[in-house]
Amino acid sequence: MKLNGAQILVNSLKKEGVSHIFGYPGGAVLHIYDALDACDEIKHILVRHEQGAAHGADGYARASGKCGVTLVTSGPGITNAVTGIATAYMDSIPMVIISGQVPSALIGNDAFQEVDAVGITRSCVKHNFLIKDISQIASTIKKAFHIATTGRPGPVLIDIPKDITIATIEEQSYPEKVEMRSYQVVGRADATQISTAATLIAQAKKPIIYAGGGCVIGNADQELREFTRNLGFPITQTLMGLGAYPATDKQSLGMLGMHGTYESNMAMHGSDCVIAVGARFDDRVTANIDKFCPTAKIIHIDIDPASISKNVAVDAPIVGDVKSVLVDLITAMKDRSTQNIDSWWQQIDKWRSVDSMAYANKPGVIKPQRVIEALYEVTKGQSIVTSDVGQHQMWAAQYYPFDEPRRWINSGGLGTMGFGLPAAMGAKLACPDLDVACVTGEGSIQMMTQELSTMLQYATPVKIINLNNGYLGMVRQWQEFFYEKRYSMSYMEALPDFVKLAESYGHMGIKVEQESDLIPALIEAFKQKDRTVFLDIITDSSENVFPMIPSGAGHNEMLLAGRDEMASTNDAGLNLV
Amino acid sequence: MRHIISIQLENEAGALSRVAGLFSARGFNIESLTVAATNDPTLSRMTIVSVGDDGIIEQIVKQVYKLVDVVKVTDLTATEHIERELLLVKISVAIDTQAKVDSQLDHFGAKIIDVAEDAYIVELAGKSQKINDFLNAFNAEQIIEVSRTGVTGVCQKI
Ligand SMILES: Cc1cc2nc3c(=O)[nH]c(=O)nc-3n(C[C@H](O)[C@H](O)[C@H](O)COP(=O)(O)OP(=O)(O)OC[C@H]3O[C@@H](n4cnc5c(N)ncnc54)[C@H](O)[C@@H]3O)c2cc1C
Ligand SMILES: Cc1ncc(C[n+]2csc(CCOP(=O)(O)OP(=O)(O)O)c2C)c(N)n1
Ligand SMILES: [Mg+2]
Repeated sequence: MKLNGAQILVNSLKKEGVSHIFGYPGGAVLHIYDALDACDEIKHILVRHEQGAAHGADGYARASGKCGVTLVTSGPGITNAVTGIATAYMDSIPMVIISGQVPSALIGNDAFQEVDAVGITRSCVKHNFLIKDISQIASTIKKAFHIATTGRPGPVLIDIPKDITIATIEEQSYPEKVEMRSYQVVGRADATQISTAATLIAQAKKPIIYAGGGCVIGNADQELREFTRNLGFPITQTLMGLGAYPATDKQSLGMLGMHGTYESNMAMHGSDCVIAVGARFDDRVTANIDKFCPTAKIIHIDIDPASISKNVAVDAPIVGDVKSVLVDLITAMKDRSTQNIDSWWQQIDKWRSVDSMAYANKPGVIKPQRVIEALYEVTKGQSIVTSDVGQHQMWAAQYYPFDEPRRWINSGGLGTMGFGLPAAMGAKLACPDLDVACVTGEGSIQMMTQELSTMLQYATPVKIINLNNGYLGMVRQWQEFFYEKRYSMSYMEALPDFVKLAESYGHMGIKVEQESDLIPALIEAFKQKDRTVFLDIITDSSENVFPMIPSGAGHNEMLLAGRDEMASTNDAGLNLV
Repeated sequence: MRHIISIQLENEAGALSRVAGLFSARGFNIESLTVAATNDPTLSRMTIVSVGDDGIIEQIVKQVYKLVDVVKVTDLTATEHIERELLLVKISVAIDTQAKVDSQLDHFGAKIIDVAEDAYIVELAGKSQKINDFLNAFNAEQIIEVSRTGVTGVCQKI
């Protein structure tokens, strides 16, 4: 039977087991939409903006562990999606993006709605393809999914000219495997790398495990638990690693880095052996690189060799998939005894007793931290939480302890405002049985409110927790600290009535202005199993995120929430506020 | 330090721009770049000369290798290797300078491939240093136009 290119494409997606496509039609992809119309197996989510499509697919991928799929038209369709693609790229999220392109014969002619999609996306995809012949469609899709989901995952774009979707060819069988001499997937690590690291681990007197997003991406949470518990070592996690190890466990020190806990950062600074597991030594984590872990040997497990010794020189690199590496290390440690680290734990407990997450209540205003704590209480810690970018993101990360991976979904690497809402929609489609909350701010949410409409159409009930502080709070905080309180353009003079906005999209809206209304409003919202509820919560407009490592400072030079007595408990004797 | 990085990559449209784009996006420098197909027509060889400390060169090699189109990356400077560059240069000659120019050409083993009334077109292959030395042997007014290919190289081990 003869099929056209669009049909081959859709059949190939079916073969890849695609269940959802987030997309938006246009001239160059009309044949593909026509083929999708005849396909019952794949559910297409018609977003309201292509950036929402990319974030939706991304949220779906993060929550499910599967590959997200986005379909957009040529020109403005693909350029609108670029922010979403770059967001996925920075956080190593598996995604396949299909973009329509003008007919082959018109490429390079400044044709209507032509952009060089391959050129524009080159630096924010793991790989991209321009299909030149109908016979390449199936094999390209096979390769794209393989590349997107293996090794260090990432987005892969397929640009397909319209004429190729129209041309016909005799139906062929879908390729079973991919062979690419130029792309080999890293698997188990080298045995000597494992034993070198194991020796360092056995010698460590002040060890710390620094776990990152790679543990979530590589589905290694169980192995991470076993490894950490067997050793009895303290563990800290990056923003992207939250949930890979249970935050409520006593070995967990919480997040590290710019807004990490005092105990995490102090332990990194004092450590003699840092075990980095699927983390990439981002500058938000290391703080001033010259002051980073001055006394530690560093072990680094990563599937991407380019990640190793990129920012920080590593003593014991282990290139491999985190899951298998941890299994190998667990085995290697069975033959070795470790040092007694009781005094290290005593030191850590002293740092812990500083209680760096404590915050002062102010009568008459709702503290944003309290909102997140209340969210945790009402959802019993079982919700998926997506977030936008800003102060609210940090508070969500700090005050909602995640015990499971893939429950915390946020844009860490690119820090994309607008991510939270479409990602929540994608997460809800991936995990319909879990509650999904989107923690956002009045600034971020306005970048993607149009997706409220999509969420009504596809009945993806999400609870939007808008920490409305009236400010682009993260910007305001920096201006308060570092620009002598010149609040340039961090205040929006006009805001919509979010309750009415939600209602106009067919959802429920509740405004919360008193702390006493907070818990009842949350309970009411989560009771509405089938409805999206927008909670517009008016929070303290002057609150700042603490702890904070200001730029240029080291892990032991943190700003802590307005407590002058900190100076004496801070080992470095520094109290910068 | 100066490094010669030899890259074998799929001979596909766009592969060159992926490598070049990577260098500019990550702020790696390129002193020269040559590219052509190899004996296997599906593979191209690209040779890049870059300058950087060991950490930067290590990152260049790893990041280039990470590109999905790249099959192999070698830092030629880390091993015994042969490097060559080709120079085509127009040199002006006058009655009073010709003898001196000829002797320089002789000295460097450069070949005249075209002769006009008042100029030569000269070809010279060699290490970049030799080509620099050759060009420095003339004064600026004598050199009319220079075209260099950039370095290519092979690993000496067979
Ligand atoms: C406003 C704001 C503030 C922030 N503040 C902080 C902060 O205080 N603290 C903080 O931690 N972050 C913070 N971030 C996030 C920060 O920018 C980085 O995104 C984050 O630190 C990176 O996390 P990661 O190191 O776990 O790496 P990821 O980006 O999650 O990368 C994963 C790493 O694991 C590797 N990997 C992937 N799969 C595997 C596998 N199967 N096997 C082995 N390795 C694998 C990858 O190669 C990569 O190196 C902030 C972001 C924003 C927007
Ligand atoms: C698309 C985009 N533009 C700009 C920024 C810079 N930025 C980071 S946080 C922030 C303010 C966010 O404000 P809001 O959503 O109200 O959150 P808050 O910090 O007040 O909690 C801005 C502008 C960004 N991260 N993303
Ligand atoms: Mg705000």
